[in-house]
Amino acid sequence: SHAAIKIQPMRQFFSSGHTNNWAVLVCTSRFWFNYRHVANTLSVYRSVKRLGIPDSHIVLMLADDMACNHRNPKPATVFSHKNMELNVYGDDVEVDYRGYEVTVENFLRVLTGRLPPSTPRSKRLLSDDRSNILIYLTGHGGNGFLKFQDSEEISNVELADAFEQMWQKRRYNELLFIIDTCQGASMYERFYSPNLMALASSQVGEDSLSHQPDLAIGVHLMDRYTFYLLEFLEDIHPSSKANMNDLFKVCPKSQCVSTPGHRTDLFLRDPGSALITDFFGSVRKVEITMETINLTEPIHFVNEERQKETYSYVDQLPVSEIIHQKPKQKDWHPPDGFILGLWTLILLVFFKTYGMKHLKHIF
Amino acid sequence: MGLLSDPNRRRALISLLTRLNAPICVVCYMAGVAWFMGLAFEPFTLRTYMSENAMGSTMVEERFPAGERALGTGREFSAHKKKAGGMPVDWLVKTMQSRGLEVFTQRFSRRLPFPDEDKERYMVKGTNVYGILRAPRAPRTEALVLSAPCSPGDDNNQAVGVLLGLAQYFRNQVFWAKDIIFLVNEHDLIGMQAWLEGYHHTNTTGMDWSPLQGRGGSIQAALSLELSSDVVTSLDLVLEGLNGQLPNLDLANLFYAFCQKIGVLCTTQGKLQRNDWDSVSGYSHAVQTMMLMVMKQASGRPWGDHGLFLRYHIEAATIKGINSFRQYKTDATTIGRLLEGMYRKLNNLLERLHQSYFFYLMPSLSHFVSIGYYMPAFGLLALILLLRALDLWIQLATPPPRTEDGVADAEQMSSPGVLSVLTPLVISHLTGVALYTLPIHFQEIAVEHFPVSETEAVVLTAIAVYTAGLALPHNTHRLLTGRGTENGWKVLKLVAVLYLAVLLGCTALINFSLGFILALTLVPVAAFVTPDVPKALSAFIMVILSPACTLLFSVFLFQELQEMPVSFLDGWMLYLSVISQGILDHALYGSLVYPLVALLVYPCWLLFWNILFWK
Repeated sequence: SHAAIKIQPMRQFFSSGHTNNWAVLVCTSRFWFNYRHVANTLSVYRSVKRLGIPDSHIVLMLADDMACNHRNPKPATVFSHKNMELNVYGDDVEVDYRGYEVTVENFLRVLTGRLPPSTPRSKRLLSDDRSNILIYLTGHGGNGFLKFQDSEEISNVELADAFEQMWQKRRYNELLFIIDTCQGASMYERFYSPNLMALASSQVGEDSLSHQPDLAIGVHLMDRYTFYLLEFLEDIHPSSKANMNDLFKVCPKSQCVSTPGHRTDLFLRDPGSALITDFFGSVRKVEITMETINLTEPIHFVNEERQKETYSYVDQLPVSEIIHQKPKQKDWHPPDGFILGLWTLILLVFFKTYGMKHLKHIF
Repeated sequence: MGLLSDPNRRRALISLLTRLNAPICVVCYMAGVAWFMGLAFEPFTLRTYMSENAMGSTMVEERFPAGERALGTGREFSAHKKKAGGMPVDWLVKTMQSRGLEVFTQRFSRRLPFPDEDKERYMVKGTNVYGILRAPRAPRTEALVLSAPCSPGDDNNQAVGVLLGLAQYFRNQVFWAKDIIFLVNEHDLIGMQAWLEGYHHTNTTGMDWSPLQGRGGSIQAALSLELSSDVVTSLDLVLEGLNGQLPNLDLANLFYAFCQKIGVLCTTQGKLQRNDWDSVSGYSHAVQTMMLMVMKQASGRPWGDHGLFLRYHIEAATIKGINSFRQYKTDATTIGRLLEGMYRKLNNLLERLHQSYFFYLMPSLSHFVSIGYYMPAFGLLALILLLRALDLWIQLATPPPRTEDGVADAEQMSSPGVLSVLTPLVISHLTGVALYTLPIHFQEIAVEHFPVSETEAVVLTAIAVYTAGLALPHNTHRLLTGRGTENGWKVLKLVAVLYLAVLLGCTALINFSLGFILALTLVPVAAFVTPDVPKALSAFIMVILSPACTLLFSVFLFQELQEMPVSFLDGWMLYLSVISQGILDHALYGSLVYPLVALLVYPCWLLFWNILFWK
């Protein structure tokens, strides 16, 4: 009775299941005309830091240095709003992977934890099975791939496999994946690991558009989706109760021109119960109480949503069901050049052996 | 059996080829000319667009404020220029230094092979002055050039003024990633050649120049400014450079994009573009603009100070300010802003301009025709030569159907004699070499014996050698030991036709306009000349279609297209000066038109002349 009254807030207390937050923020493009991708990443970095995730838990990867680029008329700044309203570079940026270190290999190694022993702590994603991770990618992308630095690509299959490796090694509790590129929705199509939620700025076949052309600097400062995301996040504070459903509403088609998409089928909780601060902030749940709570009694939870069966290590979720959920419709394609060539060859051989006189009958 | 190895089929094809050869040739010729004329028709052209991602749109804010001050500087420059009687070196050095540039000078001197009567110079001595604006934070690996010529008299003072004004404004900005070199060159092209040779450590034309003390890295792009009035009504873009080389189309696209953004009237070839492409006058206007570009490109001379940059793979163009009788005038501040915008965009470049076309024709500033579209016009003309060669080959390969004297004809059937082919070849080429070397070498002797100036001596010697070549066939045949066999002229014509095809093909690849114009006149000559055509008439036609007369007609056509038609006498004087300028361009800058015509095209034409008079 006395303990039962106290159980209620404790259920809420442990409802999200994570104890620490990490963020991996990646900008994959270099060159001065891709200023907006760096500004995108730095805006998310700024929000994430403001909401409480410390630099030690943020892996920031920037492929180029816009603040110190020779063409920057305002050196040491990266603006996200024109007329220089908001300098997202600030004076306490900690970039962990910079310039040519931002490669597909390094990104995958960070995610899976397979880094050489000499890698410093600031370059590692030291997450555990109670970490909520935010992964934000931006750059130039296409249907099923994201371009890294003009010379390589990461495909959606590779990304899905990396997340599966993370799941099998218990490197995350829940993972929020946000991508702001052209045709971004193609990047989360292939996910099959549990507890993943994904957002993208545009569907397959659509381009994500840029925003904020600034004539003084001479480039576009932000992309639309991240611009409105930043606006949304500026209203979030550490004790905000906004949930993921609000995040899905960010940047509707009227503002973004492209159609943002999201994927929640792999996420085991209801998205409405997942708070924004579960991923974007590092909220330490501290409640000061003057009363004593007897913890020797076992706490009985009535677990409606949580799975009770024990799974074997590998088999947490019937993977095959997820992968083959939607059988792909195979459209009929006309035979391509190989088959046509093969038939031409067969016909030629036939006429060669049986004589050209047969050809006269046809033509 | 295969199409060509089956004797029946082969005979059918061959008879088709020989029967229809002349009609196919005529059809090809007309198709080639029609294709060329159709290039200016607007639905067949493409709109220009920016191909370089790094340059993007015209998204910059131009803030150049000091147009009036620039004009004041130009007036100061003019006064000092008059006082110094040439380039005011000290004043320029002091002014550039006060604007914060690193200033250097270069002295050069050159003795022309013969006096240049158009520009009135013979012994040229001068100084180039240039100031380098170092990029504030960048390594000194790349540079951009802005140049203005120091012209005698009242020309281009405002250009130098705007250049110095821009230098001062640019010096206060922090966003330059490349060094900017502000160059004022004396004696226009000669000074520019000296500066470029000094910058790139080459010496191709035998000029004397002092080495450059200061450099700025590899030059990515260059603009030359010619401005002779305080206000302009339009800006003209000049693209044609040495040997018909053109800068990357992106440079023209950049200029056009900024002209549209700022609202300045922009032209190319001095002709304003029209919107009524479907009317006859609109189409003929586009044709005139394109023909002007073709003729300027074919002449192989640089039509602005930018023309010499192109051979170093530096994209360059000249912007000329034109002041005509229009109501709407553009002031110097606007011109400064346009240049500022262009340089800010060029500043964003990461590599040399290479995304857009290097070979194109522009019927107007907003439309272009790329090499893939205009080359078939030339291809159709070259096809005529190949068809003719095939025809001759077939004639040479098939034995004559009946012979009168079996034995003698058997002798004839054996090789027509290498000597009968080689002799005309060698003699024609020797005449070509004479045409190339004699005019300059014998100018002193000519001046001694005739009351002409050196320039006239050179030109008239050239014409004399050219005409003397016409008398050759009568002399070559005396050298031939055997009699000209029936097949001898066919072998010579086969060789000559193939030679002409290769020559014109190579020329058209490098300088399409020159190749096409030569093809227009030489291909009919090559196709239809035989010893059997009526001699007097065909001799007359051949002379009309020879390179020299083509040049004469081109001079008159060029003047007509520029809406400054000349009388015959003036045209003739212009023609003589064109010849002398061609020879001078070759000596001073390495233009290849004169050696090409003298050493290759003229001997080829002489071969056909030989065939005409074959006995």
